[in-house]
Amino acid sequence: MSSEAEAAVLNQDIDLSQVDSIIEPYLGRKEMVIPILQKVQEHFGYLPRPAMEHVARRMRIPLSRLYGVTTFYAQFKLKPLGRNIIRVCKGTACHIQGSPKISERIEEILDVESGDTTDDLRFTLEEVACIGCCALAPVIMINDDPHGRLTQDKLKDILDSYE
Amino acid sequence: MYEKHIMICGATGCLSSGSNQIAEALTEELESRGIRDKYRLVMGGCPGFCEVGPIIVIFPDEVFYCRLKTKDMAELVEQHLIGGEIVERLLYKGPDVDAPARFYDSIPFYSKQRFNVLRNSGVIDPESIDEYIMRGGYRALKRALEMDSQAICDEVKDAGLRGRGGAGFPTGMKWGFTNKAPGPKKYIVCNADEGDPGAFMDRSILEGDPHAILEGMLIAGKACGADEGYIYCRAEYPLAIKRLRTAIEQAKEYGFLGNNILGYDFNFKMNIKEGAGAFVCGEETALLASIEGKRGMPRPRPPFPAQVGVFGKPTTINNVETFANVPLIVREGGAEEFKKVGTEGSKGTKVFALAGKVRNTGLVEVPMGITIEEIIFDVGGGIQGGREFKAVQAGGPSGGCIPQDLINLPIDYDSLTQAGAIMGSGGLVVMDDRTCMVDLAKYFLSFTQKESCGKCTPCREGTKRMLEILERITEGEGKPEDLDTLDSLAHSIKDSALCGLGQTCPNPVLTTIRYFRNEYEEHINEDYCQSGICKPLFQYLIDQDNCTGCRACVRACPVEAIEGEKKEPHEIIQDLCTRCGSCIEKCRQDCILITRVGSEADVGN
Repeated sequence: MSSEAEAAVLNQDIDLSQVDSIIEPYLGRKEMVIPILQKVQEHFGYLPRPAMEHVARRMRIPLSRLYGVTTFYAQFKLKPLGRNIIRVCKGTACHIQGSPKISERIEEILDVESGDTTDDLRFTLEEVACIGCCALAPVIMINDDPHGRLTQDKLKDILDSYE
Repeated sequence: MYEKHIMICGATGCLSSGSNQIAEALTEELESRGIRDKYRLVMGGCPGFCEVGPIIVIFPDEVFYCRLKTKDMAELVEQHLIGGEIVERLLYKGPDVDAPARFYDSIPFYSKQRFNVLRNSGVIDPESIDEYIMRGGYRALKRALEMDSQAICDEVKDAGLRGRGGAGFPTGMKWGFTNKAPGPKKYIVCNADEGDPGAFMDRSILEGDPHAILEGMLIAGKACGADEGYIYCRAEYPLAIKRLRTAIEQAKEYGFLGNNILGYDFNFKMNIKEGAGAFVCGEETALLASIEGKRGMPRPRPPFPAQVGVFGKPTTINNVETFANVPLIVREGGAEEFKKVGTEGSKGTKVFALAGKVRNTGLVEVPMGITIEEIIFDVGGGIQGGREFKAVQAGGPSGGCIPQDLINLPIDYDSLTQAGAIMGSGGLVVMDDRTCMVDLAKYFLSFTQKESCGKCTPCREGTKRMLEILERITEGEGKPEDLDTLDSLAHSIKDSALCGLGQTCPNPVLTTIRYFRNEYEEHINEDYCQSGICKPLFQYLIDQDNCTGCRACVRACPVEAIEGEKKEPHEIIQDLCTRCGSCIEKCRQDCILITRVGSEADVGN
């Protein structure tokens, strides 16, 4: 994503009262910080810095440690994502059935690198270790829809069906 | 009372081949005829045969319909449900059967399987505790509650159950350690962080039979003296998590969870923890850290979790499939029954995710000791497209490749370890002659390298250096001494890494070098990748004698690197070709050849 597009999203107002109601049931239970962050991310689509700072303060966990946790787990995103998330399965079965070619073609069509978001915020392209439907390799998930037994020529139509 | 139960596979495999649409079409069809009430429609667990999805099984007739389309539903309702006659057209057909086949008894995919763990999967409604109970569920728990803790441990040990998560440690012994550990508070943890790429056994068990996991954990709780459990499940498995939550609610309602369970002096509380995407969390000490809300980094053992586990308390950690086996063993006479299947050192069955270039992909449960040949050729139906079997990768990134020569190897813990692989969680990825073994080793290593938590140096730095060497080899920059360097690095990492991830991650490299050294040497010394995977090391050529000039490849090529008139043999312009492989996917004559760089058109190799 270009830096302007990013800045535009980052400057959004973050409503911390939502964060408060997420934290409330877990106050004083530091072991619940991962579920809290999961819920915060579910709400905002990513983990905005003000929200992270708020969680750190209320849970009495240093922000640095919270940052350590968020960067350790692949699920947590510190930047906003696109409207549609493409997850290209990089499992073994998919790999030997040609998933590298599938990623390359998607990168080409959308002009975006794996791990990044298109400028119009339409797609975020990610790689995941295994979606768990190896029988249909190679597979991608777009949002919650799996698309299996892919070949390169099917990709354009599939991508076109997401706004 | 329903006339028939219609199970529509609602597992991920069938969902992506469209089982939701099938369910909608079927419901609509039944409603339009006003007979919806006569039938029970269940989006159930997985019958395992993902290759031919979407699947519908009709009970009590036990008829298995596959490769369904929405437009087939009218005929299915008309002919089978109303008319009582099987729709032959929609039955399983394949080169391995003479006539369309009905189900377990006649489909070769099922005939060598033996269902223990998957006994309920695809048969019961996973969201109904009543159906689980009707199939004998929670009876083993009742029996366990009347037994002495140590007696349960002994029984499980005697049955020979070994951990299904990878290392194969005897489960009963593990429970005994936790049971003997001092202290009033103990935990049971279910490791459902199935991260191995190419493995989806645990997911299917969780989605298809969640109560079996709960029952297994409860029995473990009684055996270990624990009163609280955690199920640590990957966040990538939302359906599994949903079904577990439903199961827990139902179990509470029926008095299988909570205080004074079934009137006995036994309490148990169950929690679900969603993982957040870190492969290393499948390692037990890392998983414990993650439950505590920390970065999931492993720590040295001892102390083992049986002494110091979650929140510092004694903890038993077992994998999903291990727990699913427990109710079968602890029920009346179960241990004897369990022991009858398997080999001397490995009892019972094992669930494998059969994937890759095998014809029948899916989830299979087979007796321990079955040979690789039986799994791949009898259950799996051989290799896709009739190509040549080259190797099978067992155990994911921690496992190894087993070559064609060892096809008679019986699959059990000990023989797999001897061959350099591991049982692991049970992924079996089959490879044909178009899989490059160097690329495969690179693939696994790049996976473990990315997932290395960075805590210990051998894993963090060692995997990086090994990966650099493999990358060079696949780019045609290999040096003759590379193989020795890889070997020495691999052994240092194996000997000195902190956790299981690090200690086992060199296995794919070591086994591919052991069994496919010639391929490495071909890459390094002859700049040639015979499988056509490593792009700088081969080129495509069109077989001028066999090309019919159908233009399929011309249309498929995204860079216009193929030219030729209709009905005339085509040619590839090597300078433009990006070796993306689009043409080879489309060619029906199999006349796109993989050749050495610089070969001329008439060279067959």
